[in-house]
Amino acid sequence: MCLGVPGRVIEIHDNLALVDFFGVSRQVRLELVDEPVAPGDYILNHVGFAIRRIPERDIEGTLAMYRQLLHEAETDLMAADVQGELKGTRT
Amino acid sequence: MSASGTERPGEAGASEASLSEGPEGTAAERRPRAPIIDSATSELKFRDPDRGAALAGALAQTVAGIGRAPVSVMHVCGSHEQAIARFGLRSAFPPDLHVIMGPGCPVCITDQPEVDEAVALARQGVRIATYGDMVRVPGTAASLADAEAEGARVDVVYSIDQAIALANAAPDPLVFFATGFETTAVATAAAILSGLPANFFVLSAHKYIPPVMEIVAEMPDSRIEGFVAAGHAATITGWGVFEAFVERHRVPVVVAGFEPLDILAALVRLAELIRDRICTVENLFPRCVTREGNLVAQRQLWDVFTPIGGRWRGIAHIPNGNLRLRDRWSHLDARRRFAIDLTRLWDDAPSSLSQQCQCGDIMSGRKTPADCALFGADCVPENPVGACMVSSEGTCRIWHEYGVQHR
Repeated sequence: MCLGVPGRVIEIHDNLALVDFFGVSRQVRLELVDEPVAPGDYILNHVGFAIRRIPERDIEGTLAMYRQLLHEAETDLMAADVQGELKGTRT
Repeated sequence: MSASGTERPGEAGASEASLSEGPEGTAAERRPRAPIIDSATSELKFRDPDRGAALAGALAQTVAGIGRAPVSVMHVCGSHEQAIARFGLRSAFPPDLHVIMGPGCPVCITDQPEVDEAVALARQGVRIATYGDMVRVPGTAASLADAEAEGARVDVVYSIDQAIALANAAPDPLVFFATGFETTAVATAAAILSGLPANFFVLSAHKYIPPVMEIVAEMPDSRIEGFVAAGHAATITGWGVFEAFVERHRVPVVVAGFEPLDILAALVRLAELIRDRICTVENLFPRCVTREGNLVAQRQLWDVFTPIGGRWRGIAHIPNGNLRLRDRWSHLDARRRFAIDLTRLWDDAPSSLSQQCQCGDIMSGRKTPADCALFGADCVPENPVGACMVSSEGTCRIWHEYGVQHR
């Protein structure tokens, strides 16, 4: 429930960002993020809200684990939680 | 497990692993008390195996350098336990280092009377929406799933936005049973501040992590010599929130991310701090955590919620550990909007099994699932006795799913 999932911002309309999560586009609310977010930035999504703009450095390390988990079957406990984070976003 | 014939497809691997010491005897007999290792899933999956091996070596050396054994440290995050179990990290820990999961599962620490309130509302005909695992968590005698089986309307959502969409689609009152730590409470706060449908109400069981660390650190039988703080909760609160804690309790805190290498690196640093008797907060997750945290989110959190003392399931009364809606939002507060009748629920006695549940001692770090006679025998994910076997972030569920066991 606190793991979140990172994604890359595609475009922004007011307080909603269209975010690419490993090939899946979803809308994420921006009211909680504490830095300006622009297309191309990475954000951490948790239950439908961006809670952090993730600096570009080290991002590949962060993405690697999620990429693996998103491709696991939902019978994997941790993978199911990460996939649940995507289900909380608007399509 | 297998013997009871209740496992569902896809769990055979974990079950077989749990039963590898033979299906005979009670759970307690099967699990002699000894250092923890992982078994079936213990193949390490570091994205940088050389760095993983180097960190594991440094951890062994540092723990040995402390000069006493065992050394116990606690993390307070279900996602950390998932990563430790999922990636088989315990096999990379030296046997003298006990890494214990504390009260880091928001579903698990939601107290029975809080679940009872949601169940009572559901039975009174009020539609309930809540995060997935909450549905199966037992209250005093019943869960929301029980109420749903009796005809109550209970919806699982993955975000408060989805609950709002449900309320928008039908005119009936909808109560969002809001659970989770500060990472999730900020989402509830932001949704409230941006405006809710008139038929939307909030039953807050949100919890705030920093106060419970105080209680666990003060427990007279605590063996905890250092804490690993949860990276994403600290993304909200900032690491500075732990400075006063470290000062008061004279134990180091290291903030950690969630990747296997993040966790190993944090444990190495924590072991060094214990070895060198340095009580400080160190942030090993700087890409997400700053000293002051996310001030925008904090402002919304405290605009909507006020901290109040309350019980955390099986652990203790935690001063300032619960988040209640401020008076300004009382018109949204399900506790004020509805007369919640709990008396009927308390006519049902809790099951005798639930009285043997060890969740409280497990969540406060005094026991592990293997110390519980019910674990994997009378208490399994399909038929859980305690909340820790329900939630994907519960210690018992994680150990069961990933085949963590004692050697």
